[in-house]
Amino acid sequence: MPDTLRIVNGRVYDPANGIDGEVRDICISDGRIVASLPQDAPRLDVNGMAILPGGVDIHCHIAGAKVNLARKLQPEDHRRDPHPSTAVTRSGTGGIVPSTFATGYRYAALGYTTAMEAAVPPLAARHVLEELHDTPVIDKGFYVLLANNVFLHRLLREGRREEFRNAVAWWINAAKAYAVKLVNPGADELWKGQRNTNISSIDQTGTGIDLTPRQIIRSFIDVVEELGLPHPVHIHCNNLGHSGNWQTTLETMRTAGESRLHMAHIQFHSYGGEPGKNPTSKGPEIAEYINTHPNITTDVGQVMFGKATAMTADAPLGYMLRNISHNKWINADVECESGCGIVPFTYQEKVYVHALQWAIGLELFLLSKDPWRIMLSTDHPNGGSFLKYPRLIRLLMDRDFRNEEIQKVNPRAIKKTVLLDNLDRQYTLNEIAIITRAAPARALGLKHKGHLGAGADADITIYEENADKERMFNAPRYVIKDGRMIIADYEFRTDHEGRLLHVAPAYDAAIEQKLHPFFDDYYSIEFANYPVADSYLHHHEIVPPVKAAV
Amino acid sequence: MAENIRTVEHATCTFCGCVCDDMNLTVDLDKHCITKAENACVLGKAWFAEHTIENRPAATIDGREVGVDEAVEEAARILVNARFPIIYGLSDTTCEAQREALAIGDLIHGTIDTTTSVCHGPSGIAFQGVGESTMTLGEVKNRADLVIFWGGNPGEAHPRLFSRYAVTTKGMYIPNGKKDRYIVSVDVRRTQSTPVANLFIQVKPGADFELLWALRALVRGRRLDPSVEERTGVKLDTMKQLVERMKTCRYGVLFFGMGLTMTRGRHFNSGALLALATDLNEFTHFVAKPVRGHGNVTGADNVVSWTTGYPFGVNLSRGYPRFNPGEFTTVDTLSRGDADAALIIASDPAANFPKAAIEHLHRIPVIALDPKATETGKLARVAFCTATYGINVGGTVYRMDDVPITLRPAFESPYPSDQEVLTAIKNRVRELLNKKAKPKEARKAA
Repeated sequence: MPDTLRIVNGRVYDPANGIDGEVRDICISDGRIVASLPQDAPRLDVNGMAILPGGVDIHCHIAGAKVNLARKLQPEDHRRDPHPSTAVTRSGTGGIVPSTFATGYRYAALGYTTAMEAAVPPLAARHVLEELHDTPVIDKGFYVLLANNVFLHRLLREGRREEFRNAVAWWINAAKAYAVKLVNPGADELWKGQRNTNISSIDQTGTGIDLTPRQIIRSFIDVVEELGLPHPVHIHCNNLGHSGNWQTTLETMRTAGESRLHMAHIQFHSYGGEPGKNPTSKGPEIAEYINTHPNITTDVGQVMFGKATAMTADAPLGYMLRNISHNKWINADVECESGCGIVPFTYQEKVYVHALQWAIGLELFLLSKDPWRIMLSTDHPNGGSFLKYPRLIRLLMDRDFRNEEIQKVNPRAIKKTVLLDNLDRQYTLNEIAIITRAAPARALGLKHKGHLGAGADADITIYEENADKERMFNAPRYVIKDGRMIIADYEFRTDHEGRLLHVAPAYDAAIEQKLHPFFDDYYSIEFANYPVADSYLHHHEIVPPVKAAV
Repeated sequence: MAENIRTVEHATCTFCGCVCDDMNLTVDLDKHCITKAENACVLGKAWFAEHTIENRPAATIDGREVGVDEAVEEAARILVNARFPIIYGLSDTTCEAQREALAIGDLIHGTIDTTTSVCHGPSGIAFQGVGESTMTLGEVKNRADLVIFWGGNPGEAHPRLFSRYAVTTKGMYIPNGKKDRYIVSVDVRRTQSTPVANLFIQVKPGADFELLWALRALVRGRRLDPSVEERTGVKLDTMKQLVERMKTCRYGVLFFGMGLTMTRGRHFNSGALLALATDLNEFTHFVAKPVRGHGNVTGADNVVSWTTGYPFGVNLSRGYPRFNPGEFTTVDTLSRGDADAALIIASDPAANFPKAAIEHLHRIPVIALDPKATETGKLARVAFCTATYGINVGGTVYRMDDVPITLRPAFESPYPSDQEVLTAIKNRVRELLNKKAKPKEARKAA
C-alpha cells in the first residue's frame, strides 16, 4: 500500500464540509486527507460508488469487565457465529457479544472506524484498555462511570466544589478515559445497601447519600464544562425502561439549562404511562424538546428485533429485566464506584412493549429536525447488535420498507405511536452520513474525524451504491483506516492497530492527599496501584480540551 | 561489600488469587533475593523468600543447554509440525504473556486450555448456565454483614481473604470488623478456617448439592421432607436459621471453593450455589464468588474469554474457536492421546495430572516455560527457564474478583520473561508458516 492515494470518480458525502454527493477526488497522504496530490500519485477508481467518512459509534459496549462477563455468559450464542482467522486477521467468535478481535473486524467490515465504549468503572480501566488493545482496526475510547462514586458524593455533599472538580479530573486521568458517563445517578447505594431498591425521581431524597440525582447531574455538567472536555456529560438517566420515565428525561434535560448534555439511548427514556404498567410513547414530546434545545445531543438506542443483551451499570434495571425474562442474570458490584447488570434478552415483533420500543426509536429519528443532534445507535448490544445498523439505515431511508415492517409488528403498539400518521420522512444519504459519522464526531469533539476535509484522519468507507440500503451498508467495498487499505473488494488485506483516544484534563495534584486516606479505608487495592500507567495505552492520542460550545 | 538494598512498596503477591497489592519488599540486589516481605501472609512470605536466581540454563533441548534462540527455533518447529498441538497452563503468568499464547494458538490452530479446567472450571460452566451475582472484594470489606464460606479452607489456602477482605477487616458500613459480621462455614470437616466462623455446618461428603437445593427450597418457602436431615447430615432447624439469616442480612456473600467444584456434582454444585445467591436477591442484596487459586488464573479466564468467547477448553483446529470441556480440556486431550505436541506455560501437569495424561506427555514433544525446575520441565523436549512474574517481571494480573493490578517487580532476572519467549516463538512460528504456505501458492499459480 503506497503512502499516497487519490480516490477518483466517487460520489462524496461529506456533510461537515457541505458536500452532498458531488463527484470529487479524495487525496490521502501519510494517514491524513490532503487537499491535493501530484497527478502521478496512485489512483483508485470508485466510479458508481459512494465515499463517506468512516463511521463513528458514539455509544456502544464492546470491551471491559461487564462486556467480558456477558461474553463468558453466552457460549450458546458464540457457537452459532464463528469468526475464522484469515491470512491477515485473528479468529474469534461473534454473536451478540463478539470477542474483541471479531468486534474490531466487524466494525471495520461495516465501514466504522471509531467506536466508543460507553461505561467503564475506573477500577476496571486496565481491563478495558487491554481489551481495546486487542480490538483491531478501529480507533476507540471509553467513558468513565462517575455518577455513583462514593468519594465524589462525599465532596458534593460537603460542598467542596473545587476539590470535586480536581477529583473528577484526577479520575479521568487515572482511568485514561475519553468522557464522563453518568448512569442512574445516585442509585447505587439503594441497590447495594438498601435491599435492591432504586431511584424513582430525579429529585428523590432518602437515597442514602444525602444527594438528589439532580444535584449530582448538575454538578457534573458544570465541572465537565469547566474542564473543557471535548465531549459533554454523557448521561444514562434515572428510571431507564420504566413507564412514565419521560418526565425524568425532560427534567434531566432541563437540569442542563443551556449547557451541553448528551442523552444516551434516549429511546429507552421516552415512555409514558404509569410505573408498573404498560408504557405508551412519548417520542414526539421528547423529540420536540430536543428540537427546541440546541444544547442537547442524543443517540437513539434503537431496539432491533432479535437477540440482544442488556448490559448496564444500572444494576436495578438489570434485575428488573431479569424478572421479566427469567433468563440467566449477572450482577457485579464494583466497590465505591458502580454496579452492573447483565441479562440476555430477545426483542420480539409481536410483544407489545418490544414493538413499542422499536417504534419509539423510529419516531425519534423521524421527528427530530436536526440530524446533527440525533445519532444512530442501538446501544449495542442492549437494543441489538451493531451489525443491525444497515437494517436500521434502511428503515430510515426507505419508507416502503419501513411501512412493510410496521405491518409485521404488534398493531396495538403501533397505534400508540405516530408512525402511521403520515410520518413519511425518508433520510437522505447525506443525513445518514450525518447521523453515523459527522454528528457523532462533532459531538465527541473529534475534529479529525467524521469528515473528509484536508487534515482529517484518512478513515474512509466506500460503498457500492445500491437501492437496497441494507445491502449497501452491510458491506463496504473499500475501508481505509489511517490511510491504509484495510478492506478492498470486500476482503481484509491487512490487519491494523487503531488508536486509543483519551483526554487528560489538568488538576491540582493536592487532591491526591484527600483521596489517599479514602482509598486506605474503603478500597481493596492500594492507592498507588490504582491509576493506570501509560504502558496500557498502546497507540494513543490525547484529545485536547476545548472551550465549551455554549 | 556494601549492602545493595532496595525497597519496593505496594508490590503485589501473585501466589494466590487474593493478589494482595500492599507488599513492602526489602530486596538484596547483590544476592538477588527478597529478604523481607512486609504484610505478606505465611504463603506470601514463602513465595517471596524462595524466588532467588537459580543457576539453571535459560533453555535446554532434551536436557542439553542451548541458547534461547535455538530453543525458540526448536519450539516453533515442533508447534508448526504438530497436527493437534495443545497450549496449557497460563494461570501463573501475566496477561501480556497469555495474550501471546493465544496468538500462537491462533496461528497453529491449537487447543488452548488453562488450569481453570482442573479447579474452578465447573464454576465457569455453572456461570454459563445460571449467571452470577458477584462483587469486588472491597464491597465485602465495606458492606458484608453475612459471609459464608462453602467448601474451602481460606485460612490455609488464602489467609488474607479473612484479614484483608472478608472477615476481620473494617469497612464503610462495617466499622467494627468481625463484630459487625456473622460468619458461617460449611464444609465436610473442621479445618483451620472453622474457628473464624460463628456457625459451622458440617455437611456429609457428597451432599453439598442436596444441602444447597434444600436451602433454595426454604428460601422460596417450600416445605421439606425431613429425610433431608439424614441425607445432608444437617438439622432442618439449622437450615431454617441459616435461611432466615440470609434473607434478613443487608449484604450477604457466599465464597466457595474446590470442595464444591471437584467433588461429586461439580458444576451442579457451583450452579446450585450461584442460583441460591441469585434467589436471595428477591429479599436482600446477595453475592457469590469462587475463591480462585493461582495468582492470575482469573486473568487467564478473562484473556481466553475476550479472545475466543469461551473461558477455557478452546479448540482452534478449524480456524475458529470451539468450546467443549471434556473434549478440549487438557486432561482429556492428553489422556485420550489426541495431543501430538504441548506448550506448557507456568504449570506442572506432569506432577499433578492423572497417570494416563502424564504418560502421554512422555510420548509427545513438550515445550515448557517455568521459573522453577518442574516435572514437566524434566520431560520436556524444550525447556525455558523464565523470570518470575511479580518478582522479576511486570505486567498485569487479575485478582479473583476480576480487578486488574499492575505488578511491580522487585529485581531483575537474567532469564527472559514468559512474554518474551512466547513472542519470539510466535514470530518464528509465523515465519515458518509463511514459508510453508508459499509452495502451495506457487503450486496454485502453476
